[in-house]
Amino acid sequence: MDHLDQLEAQSVFILREAYRKLKPLAMLWSLGKDSNVMVWLARKAFLGRVPFPVMHVDTEKKFPEMYQFRDEYTKKWNLDLLLGYCPPVEEMDPTLPPAARSAARKTAGLANMIETHKLQGVIAGIRRDEQGTRAKERVFSPRGASHKWDIRNQPPEFWDQYATPHEEGMHIRVHPLLAWREIDIWRYIEREGIPLVDLYFAKNGKRYRSLGDKDITNPIESNASTLAEVIAELETTRTSERAGRAMDHESEDAFERLRVAGYL
Amino acid sequence: MSETLTATTVIDPIDRDVALEAATPIVIVGHVDHGKSTLIGRLLYDTDNLEDGKVAQIIESSKKRGLAIEWSFLLDSLQIERDQGVTVDSTRLPFRLGDRQFVIVDAPGHRQFLRNMITGAADADAAVLVVDANEGAQEQTRRHAMLLRLIGIRHIIVLLNKVDLLDFDEQRVAAVRRSVTDLLGQLGLEPALFVPASARDGDNIASRSDRSPWYTGPILTEALAAVPGADSRAGLPLRLPVQDVYRFDDKRYVAGRIERGEIRVGDSLTIGAQGSVARVASIERWQAPQRDFALAGESVAITLEPDVIPDRGDLLFPPSSKPLKTARIRARLFWLRQEPLRVGESFRLRLATAEHQVTVASIDSVVRLDDLTEQAASEVPPEGFAEITLAAAEAIQFDPFTPGTADGRGVLVDRNQRIVGGAPLLGPAEVSGEHNAIHPSGGAVDAAQRRRVKGHGARVVWLTGLSGAGKSTIARHAEQLLFSQGVDVSVLDGDTLRMGLCSDLGFSEADRHENVRRAAEVARILAETGQVVVVALISPLAADRALARRIIGDSFDEVFVDTSLSVCEGRDSKGLYAAAREGKIANFTGVSAPYEAPEKPELRIAADAGSAETHARELTEFVLGKIGRG
Repeated sequence: MDHLDQLEAQSVFILREAYRKLKPLAMLWSLGKDSNVMVWLARKAFLGRVPFPVMHVDTEKKFPEMYQFRDEYTKKWNLDLLLGYCPPVEEMDPTLPPAARSAARKTAGLANMIETHKLQGVIAGIRRDEQGTRAKERVFSPRGASHKWDIRNQPPEFWDQYATPHEEGMHIRVHPLLAWREIDIWRYIEREGIPLVDLYFAKNGKRYRSLGDKDITNPIESNASTLAEVIAELETTRTSERAGRAMDHESEDAFERLRVAGYL
Repeated sequence: MSETLTATTVIDPIDRDVALEAATPIVIVGHVDHGKSTLIGRLLYDTDNLEDGKVAQIIESSKKRGLAIEWSFLLDSLQIERDQGVTVDSTRLPFRLGDRQFVIVDAPGHRQFLRNMITGAADADAAVLVVDANEGAQEQTRRHAMLLRLIGIRHIIVLLNKVDLLDFDEQRVAAVRRSVTDLLGQLGLEPALFVPASARDGDNIASRSDRSPWYTGPILTEALAAVPGADSRAGLPLRLPVQDVYRFDDKRYVAGRIERGEIRVGDSLTIGAQGSVARVASIERWQAPQRDFALAGESVAITLEPDVIPDRGDLLFPPSSKPLKTARIRARLFWLRQEPLRVGESFRLRLATAEHQVTVASIDSVVRLDDLTEQAASEVPPEGFAEITLAAAEAIQFDPFTPGTADGRGVLVDRNQRIVGGAPLLGPAEVSGEHNAIHPSGGAVDAAQRRRVKGHGARVVWLTGLSGAGKSTIARHAEQLLFSQGVDVSVLDGDTLRMGLCSDLGFSEADRHENVRRAAEVARILAETGQVVVVALISPLAADRALARRIIGDSFDEVFVDTSLSVCEGRDSKGLYAAAREGKIANFTGVSAPYEAPEKPELRIAADAGSAETHARELTEFVLGKIGRG
C-alpha cells in the first residue's frame, strides 16, 4: 500500500465507524476540494453510495461557479442534499474582527442545522496541516449542547477507539481527513479523477488555493492551470494554504476563537 | 481585501515520489522543561521544514513578548498555551528529511495531560526521549518511558539535551547516559542511541557540533533517517474484525479493516466465537481495480458463502490460526482517570471493533514511579500503571498484545462512555477459584460427615432481583418452611448485612462489589458447616454474581426473583424509588444504576403476580431437591 492507499483505508475506517455509531449523521459539503474528496471517500466506504445526507451551509456569498457545481454533482452523485442558511452578519459577535465576524455566520448556520436535524454526528473535512488549532483536533471531537469545542478537556483518542456521545444534546464532529496534507488531497484528486470547481486553476495569473466566501477569500499569484501544475506548485511552495483566508490573519487568536465557538 | 498574496518562492525541487511515501510518526516525549518544544522548533528550522509564514509568526510573537527567538512558540500555536508557557495538547507536524517523510508528534510534559500524550504517542513508530543532561531522569521521564513500553514503542532515541550546561564534558555526559540506561533497562527498554545535544544552540541536531569532538555517533537527523519503517503485517495469520454488515441492493457486505494477514477470494474463514466457517465469495470495491486479494491495512467489504451474518466485533480468522479465548484476562493498564481504580469496578472493554462487559477482578501489582518497582496495592492511582485481571461474563477472543500490530489493544470505557484506560492484554489469567483453592483452616470435620449428621447437603441459594422485588420476604418464608422440615437454614439479608458486616460500604460500583464479595465469603463459610444459606441481595451486576459463584463453587444456585420495575416501584415499601426519582438517592438500581438480569438462573421466580408464600413454597421445593430431600 502506498501513502494514499493508507490514508484512504484509514478514512474509510473512520467513515464506517461514524455511520455505525452516530445517528442521525450528515456530512458537510462545502463544495471545496477537501469536501469533494470526502464525498468520494464515503462512496468508497459504502460501495458507491453516500448513505446519509450531505449538508451545504450556505452563506449566500459563495462564487457562482460553486453553486453550479453543487447542483450538477448533487444529481450526478445521487446525493441527499440538505441546505441551511446563515443569519445576517449584524447578529454576530461585534467584538470579532470583520472577516472573522463574517465567517462566524457559518458557525451559526451550522448550529441551526444541527439543532433542526437533531444530528448526533457531523462529518467535516478539516485537516491538521491547515492551521495550528486544527492540528490539535481529534478524529471524533465531542461538542457539548452549546457546540463549544473544549480544547482543554479533549478526550483521549488512541488505538482507533473514538469518543461516543454520552449526554443529551451533544454531537460529535467527525474528521476523516485530519491526517491528510494539502498535497495528498491533490494527488488523490489526480489519481481518482475527482471533479473540482475550476476556480482552483489559474486564469490570468491567479488562482484560488482555498475557497471561502468571495468577499473574504483572495486568490494567489499562480500559473498552475492543470492538476499536474498545481501539484508541482505545491511541492515547492513555502506559504501556507490558508494565507488567502482573511479571518486567519486579523489577530493572533481570531481563528481560535471561531473554532472554540464551533467553527470548523 | 483585494490585495493579491504572493505565493511560491522556489527552494530545492523535491523528488515527486517522495510525497507518495507513507510518513513515519515519531513521538517526542520527556519531562517538562527538558526542551521538547525547543528541540522541535529548532529541528524544523534547521532542516528547512518551516513555512515562511510560520517563521515570521514566531519572530513576531517573540518580539511582542520582548524575547529572543523562542523556538517553542512554533508549536504553541494556541493562545492559551503561550499564556501558560506549556503545551496543552499533542500536535502533529509534517517533517521531511532528505527523501523521507515524518510526522512529529509533540506530547506535553505536564503530568495531568497524560491522556493527551497517549493520544499523540499511540501510533508512533519511534520515540525521541528528551532528557535534560543537567537534571537527569525525572518523574515524567520515568512515566513517559513506562508509557512507551506499554504502548509498544521499541525504537527509542535518547536526546541528552542541554549538554552545554555540562560544558560538553564527555565524562559527565557518560554518567548521565549510564543512569538513563539503567532506568530504561528496568523496563526492558534498550535505547537505540544516545545523542548529546543542545537544542537551543543547534548542537548535534541537524549539524555536527564542534563542541563535542569526542562524539562520533549519529546526530539527531541521522538517527531519525535510520529509524526502521513499520513492519509489514501482511505475512501474519489473518485477523479481520467485523466493523459493520451492510445490505445494499439485496447483497450483504461484511465490512472491516484487515489488521494483519491477507484474504483471498475462496479462503475459508472462521467467524468469531460462534465458530461457523464461511468462504470469501468476493472482495468488493468501488472505483478501484478489481483484485481477488486484500492485504493488512486495507478497509474491505467482502461477501461470504454461505451468506452468514456476523456481528460487529466478531473476528474473522483462518481455521488453522485461532486466537485465545478466555473469560479471565491478565492485562497491563495505563489508567487515565483522575480518580483511583479499585477492584470490582466494571467497564466496557473495547478491543478493535468488539465490546465486552468486564469487571476488574484483581489488581495484581502497581508500578511505583519513584523507582519503577512493582508493588502490591489495593488501588491504581490516577494516571498510574498496573497489572490487573479482568473478568468477563463470557469468553473473549483475543491475541496477546504485540508491539507493531493491533493485537490485544484493549481500551476501558466507563458507563458514561468515557475512555478511562488502555489495557494491553497479556494472556489468560491463572485459573480462578483462588478463594476455593485456599482453605487456611481446613475443617476437622468433612462435608460428608456433616451431611450424615444433618440429613441434608449444604447449599447456597442466591436471590437476586430489584429493590422491592420480594427477595427478603420470600427468603424469610422459605426459611420457616425449610426449618420446619428439619433443615439447618440461615438467611443472609442485604439490609442486615449493611447494618453490620458491611456498614462501611456505600453504593458505588466498587462498594457494591465488595458487599457481594463479603456476602459470598460468609455464605461459603456457613455452607462449609453444612448449612443451607439463603442470600437475599440485589447484586445487580452479572460479573459480581459470577464472582460469588466462583467463591462458593458447585453448591451455588442463582435464583432470579423476577419482579418488573413497574411493580417494584408501585410497591415502594421503603419509599426508596420515590426518593431515587427525586434524585435524593444516587446509584439506585433500576433508576440510576443498571440491573443486569441473570441470563440462565438455576431458578426463576415470576413474582409480578402471586403471593410471597406461594413463591416461598416454590423456592423451598427447589432447595429440597438440591439438598437430597426432595
